[in-house]
Amino acid sequence: MNTTAETESTPEIRGRRTWRDVDLRAVAPFAALLLLLIVGAMVNPNFIGLNNLANVATRSAFIAIIAVGATFVISSGDLDLSVGSMVAFVASLMILFMNSGVIADPALMLAAAVVLTVIIGSLCGLANGLITTVGKIEPFIATLGTMGIYRGLTTWLSQGGAITLRSPEQQELYRPVYFGSFLGMPLPILIILIVTAIAAFILYRTRYGRHVVAVGSSRDVARYSGIAVDRVRTIAFIIQGLCVAIAVLLYVPRLGSTSATTGILWELQAITAVVVGGTALKGGAGRVWGTICGAFILELVGNIMLLSNFISEYLIGAIQGTIIIIAMLVQRSLARKA
Amino acid sequence: MTGTGNDARKAVLVAERISKSFGDVQVLFSVDFDVLPGEVHALMGENGAGKSTLVKILSGFEQATAGRILLDGQPVILPPNGAAEALGIVLIHQEFNLAEHLTVTESLFLGREVTRFGVLDRKFMRAETVRALEQLGSPIDPDALISSLAVADKQMVEIAKAISRKARIVFMDEPTAVLSREETDVLFAQVRKLRAQGTSFVFVSHKLDEVMELTDRVTVLRDGQWVKTAPTAVLDGESIAQLMVGRELSSLYPTKHEPNVDEEVVLSVKDLSTGYVKHVSFELKKGEVLGFSGLIGSGRTELMEAVAGLRPRLSGVVQLKGADLLPEDFREANRRGLAYMTKDRKGKGLLLGEGMTIDQHIRHGYLDPSSEAKAMARAKRRFDIRVRDDRVRVGRMSGGNQQKLLLAKIMEIEPQIIIIDEPTRGIDVGTKQQIYHFIAALAREGRSIIVISSEMPEVVAVMREGRMVGILEGEEISEQVIMRYAAGLKRQLAS
Repeated sequence: MNTTAETESTPEIRGRRTWRDVDLRAVAPFAALLLLLIVGAMVNPNFIGLNNLANVATRSAFIAIIAVGATFVISSGDLDLSVGSMVAFVASLMILFMNSGVIADPALMLAAAVVLTVIIGSLCGLANGLITTVGKIEPFIATLGTMGIYRGLTTWLSQGGAITLRSPEQQELYRPVYFGSFLGMPLPILIILIVTAIAAFILYRTRYGRHVVAVGSSRDVARYSGIAVDRVRTIAFIIQGLCVAIAVLLYVPRLGSTSATTGILWELQAITAVVVGGTALKGGAGRVWGTICGAFILELVGNIMLLSNFISEYLIGAIQGTIIIIAMLVQRSLARKA
Repeated sequence: MTGTGNDARKAVLVAERISKSFGDVQVLFSVDFDVLPGEVHALMGENGAGKSTLVKILSGFEQATAGRILLDGQPVILPPNGAAEALGIVLIHQEFNLAEHLTVTESLFLGREVTRFGVLDRKFMRAETVRALEQLGSPIDPDALISSLAVADKQMVEIAKAISRKARIVFMDEPTAVLSREETDVLFAQVRKLRAQGTSFVFVSHKLDEVMELTDRVTVLRDGQWVKTAPTAVLDGESIAQLMVGRELSSLYPTKHEPNVDEEVVLSVKDLSTGYVKHVSFELKKGEVLGFSGLIGSGRTELMEAVAGLRPRLSGVVQLKGADLLPEDFREANRRGLAYMTKDRKGKGLLLGEGMTIDQHIRHGYLDPSSEAKAMARAKRRFDIRVRDDRVRVGRMSGGNQQKLLLAKIMEIEPQIIIIDEPTRGIDVGTKQQIYHFIAALAREGRSIIVISSEMPEVVAVMREGRMVGILEGEEISEQVIMRYAAGLKRQLAS
C-alpha cells in the first residue's frame, strides 16, 4: 500500500518513512524473481528467451489468478484450502453443461457456459464464506471440509475418470481463449494482468479493500469501527470463488477435459504464491502484484528444474513445499527488522 | 436526581440507576451520572471501582443490566460496537483501538471512508488528517503505519480520530496515562478549546493534579457505587483521595505478622529495566509478604513478569537464593521454586471455556486418576473451593472459586516464592478475605509472597509510571498514603 506520498512537511515528522523503512517484504519477491532469472540464464541459455518466458507466464496463469483471490481471503485473516478441488468441480460442471447441448448455437452455448461457470464459482465461494462466518467454523476446517466435498463430487460426476468436451465445434471456438494472443501477447497473460489490475484497484482504492485489510489486521478494531466484519470476510471468499471460475475459463480450453485429479495441490501453490508475494499469512497486509510475482516464481522454479536436469521434476511438489516454508521464515525475519 | 448539583443547564446525557453484572459479580450498583453541555467531568475511583464499565455503558460498548440512559432528555438505547458515534458519543478506549497495519490516515477514516464515484478519495482524507493533527499540534506523519508509532503518538491518533468525528460527548479513559507532560498540555488545550465550543468530555483519570487542573466537576465511584458528584472547585486532591478509598477494611485483613529482619533473602532484584519499567531494585525475605501497589499501567505486572522470566529484561540482575536467574526462562524459575499467578485468569491462568473440568486443572505432568483425585481433594480442603462436583467446568465457576483453584494449581508445584498479580480482582468481599488469610498462612509456612495489590501486605512498594516511588512499612501503610504516592502527589525515592 505504499503510494508515492507527496509529503511536503517539516523534517522532524515522527513515524516518517525514509528509504531505510522501505518495506523489505514488498521488495523481496521481486528481488527473488530477478535472482531466479539470473540463475535460469546461467543454467540454460534458452531459458531467458522471450518464448520460454512467455510460456512460463502462460502456464502460471491458473495459479496466479487463483492466488489473486487467495490474497483477499488471506488479507482478511482467513484461509481457503478448497480452491484446487473447486477448480475440478467447477470445470466438471462447465464441461457437463456444454456437453448437454441444451443450446444449439455453439457461440451462445459458450457464452451461457461462461456465465454459469462464474455463478457456480461464486456460489462455491459463498458456501465457504457462510460456513466460516455464519457457522463460526475456523476457515481451515471449514474449507478442509468443502475441499473434500468438491473433490468428492467431481470424482462422482466423472465416475473416477475424465470429463471431456465432446463437440469439436465447441473446442474449436473455445481454444483461442488459452492459445490465442492479442497484439502479440498470449491471452492468458493479458487476463492475468487485467484480473490483477482490477484486484489491485479493489484492494487499494475502494472502501471494501480498506475494510479487508482492517478486518485482517484486527477483527475487534474493525468491528468497533462499525465495519460488518462477517460480510467483508464472506465477500472475500466470493472473490476467491470468482477467481477460481476465471481460472477454470482458462483451464477448460487448454485440454478440453478435466478429471478427478485436476487441481490437486493447487491450494498449496496458490497459498505459496501469496506468501512468497509478501502478504502476511495472519492477515492485515495484502500485496496483489507480489502474489502474481510469487506465482511466476513458482512456475519459473519448475521450468528451471525441467531445463537443468539437476533435480528430478518429480520433486516439484517437495520444492514448492520448501519454498513456502522458506518464504515464511524470510517474511518473519524481515518483519523483525522493520 | 441525586448529586447532580443545582445546575441550571440541561444535561446532554443522563444515566439513571445504572447497574451492571458480569456473571455472578456485580460491578455497578445503581449509579447515577450526568454530563452537561460544554463541561469536563472527571470520573474517579480506585482500580476496579467500575469507572471503565460505566464509561463503556454510556458509549454503547456494554449494555447495562438495569437502569436507563437519556440523551437530550429522551430515553435511548445506545447502539453497540461504536455505532453510538453517529449520535455524537465517542469513546477513546483505554486499550487502543487502532489496527496496526493501517496508516494514520486510514485509521482516522476507518469505517467511514470518503469515496468519490466509489473510489477512495485519498487526497481529501489525507488533507483532513493533516488538519486534525495540526489542530492537535502533533507532528505525526499521516502516512505512517500505526505499528511504527510510539504509544503516545497512538494516543494522539485516537484523539485526532475523536476530534475529526465532531463528537458531542467524548469519553476519555485515562488518556494521559501514556502521554508526556508536554503532550498532556497540548491535549488539555485542545479539550478546553472544544469545551468552549460546547463539546462535553468525561475524563477518567487517576491523576489528581490533572483532574484539579482540567475538570469542572468530579464524580467519585467506590466499589461500583456512586459516592459523590461535586464541582471540582470545592474539592482538593486530599478530599478526592479520601472519597476514593475511605472505607472500613481493617477487619478484612489478617493480623500482620512481622517478618524476622534476619531472615535470609530469597529473591533479590537489582536495577531491573524493561521497556517500560525503569531501574527497579528490591529484596524479598523468607516468610515475607511484599506488596506492590500502584495504578493500572504503573508497570507492576511488567516488572513481575520480567522477574519471573515471562518477559524480556533490558538490564538488571535477578537472584533466587543467591544464584542468578537468567532472563526469559520461566521453566527454570519454576523449577527453582518461583511460581507466578497471573491476574488474567481467563487469558493465561486457566483454560476456561475449553470444557476443562476443574479436576483436570490440578493434574501435573502425569495422568494418574487417583493422584488427581487426591490432589483435587487436597485443593478443595485447603482452599475451600466450593463446587457441586469436580466435573463442573471452570468457566462456570465464580471468580472467587476460579482464583482459589488457580492458587491450588500453583501450590501443587510447592513453590517457595509466589508472585500473585491482583488476587482479589473481580471477587466478592467474603472471598477476598479468605484469600488474604490463605496468603498469610502461606507466609507463616515460610514461603515468600509478592502480591500486586495495595491491600494487605506488611511492606508495600508503590510504583508509578514504571518506577518505584516509595516503600512503606508498618503503620505508614494506609490507602490514603498509597494513593498519594500512586497519583504523584508524593514521592520518596529518587529515581
